[in-house]
Amino acid sequence: MASEGLTSAGYIKHHLQNLTLGFHPENGLSFAESAEQAKEMGFWAIHLDSMFWSLFLGFVFYWVFRKVAKSITSGVPGGLQNFAEAIVEFVDESVRGSFTAKNDYVAPLALTIFLWVFLMNFMDLLPVDWLPMLAQAIGAAFGADPHHVYFKVVPSTDPNVTFGLALGVFWLMLYYSFKIKGAGGFFGELAFQPFGKVGMPVNLVLEGVALISKPVSLALRLFGNMYAGETIFILIALMYSAGWAMGLFGGVLQLGWAIFHILIITLQAFIFMTLTIVYMDMAHQEHH
Amino acid sequence: MNINATLIGQSIAFFVFVWFVMKYVWPPIINALNERKEKIAEGLAAADRGQKEQVLAQERATEVIKQAKAEAAGIISQAEKRRNEIIEDAKTAAVEEGERLKSSAQAEIEQEIQRAKEALRVQVASIAIAGAERIVSKEIDSSVHEKTLDDLVAQI
Repeated sequence: MASEGLTSAGYIKHHLQNLTLGFHPENGLSFAESAEQAKEMGFWAIHLDSMFWSLFLGFVFYWVFRKVAKSITSGVPGGLQNFAEAIVEFVDESVRGSFTAKNDYVAPLALTIFLWVFLMNFMDLLPVDWLPMLAQAIGAAFGADPHHVYFKVVPSTDPNVTFGLALGVFWLMLYYSFKIKGAGGFFGELAFQPFGKVGMPVNLVLEGVALISKPVSLALRLFGNMYAGETIFILIALMYSAGWAMGLFGGVLQLGWAIFHILIITLQAFIFMTLTIVYMDMAHQEHH
Repeated sequence: MNINATLIGQSIAFFVFVWFVMKYVWPPIINALNERKEKIAEGLAAADRGQKEQVLAQERATEVIKQAKAEAAGIISQAEKRRNEIIEDAKTAAVEEGERLKSSAQAEIEQEIQRAKEALRVQVASIAIAGAERIVSKEIDSSVHEKTLDDLVAQI
């Protein structure tokens, strides 16, 4: 299905490039027409596709659950309510299981993360070309060169998105660490263990790395898994351009990988949620 | 693949969504769930209570039936006793009445006998006088011998 005139490498690159809006040193405020241009825009550029899908999916999640919350009844639940309740109960159970302190903020946080990440991952199951081709058609209608309209539909394959989420969790960790333990308590936790007061510098390095590694691992685990999965989908999609036999084989592969991916996207969402709960629990734990 | 302002946008979106969920989604749903849990617990407790009450009611019912049976038996035996009494009373009354009738009949018979005797006596006397008159028609002056005849009548 690769567009004519594109090499396989070009096809893959095209699929892995975000729709970037930013200030280019030469072109001013514009969409990046290549990876190099996107790089030249520096930090103050934005991936419109990632932001759009992430916000859109977040709204879908919020809209559905708000609808349930508005019409909720403690009597016999309807279909949608049943579905929402099952998820809420599942998240509530997970929070109860791993979070020992008392904080009403953690369960909604876990629910948001679980469903939002799940939905963002779910975009991976859509055939890799559908939405990008639609975007190209729309872009062409507005007079853009379709080859330079980039569109990545899986927000969780964008490290900005996963790091954005992980940083959100990280700020919350820091906030509650300071709030519950106080600045001294938090510093003590970083400085006075595992080797006691004598080994303070070593402690600081060890605990500092442990602290920083939490959001980094959170973000990179999700990003890595989803990016790898997306890349395999793209590689499978390449087979469609290699004759009908390869195309057929590719179709079987895509189906198999998609079925396997259902497990992965759910698992990744669950891991992200569970680790968030665990990190929040650690932030609430006081060491004596 | 560059790190850029998307990061910040995503972080802001994250906090906004979490805040909205915490404010408007989570509380009503979790409250409804807890409420339903309570309702179910109450229902189960009520069922338990109902079962216990049923057992108690059954016990009470058997007790009442037992009492009623005992009472009925008492009433029956009393009625039997009363029946026997009535029969006994009736018997004695009948015997007494019979006795009374018998004695009154006897008295009447006695009287009848007396009266018959009297009549017979008078008749015998008159027959004797008539016979005597006939025998001694001329010889005896009834006015002279009246005293003697009266004595004779009294003797008979």
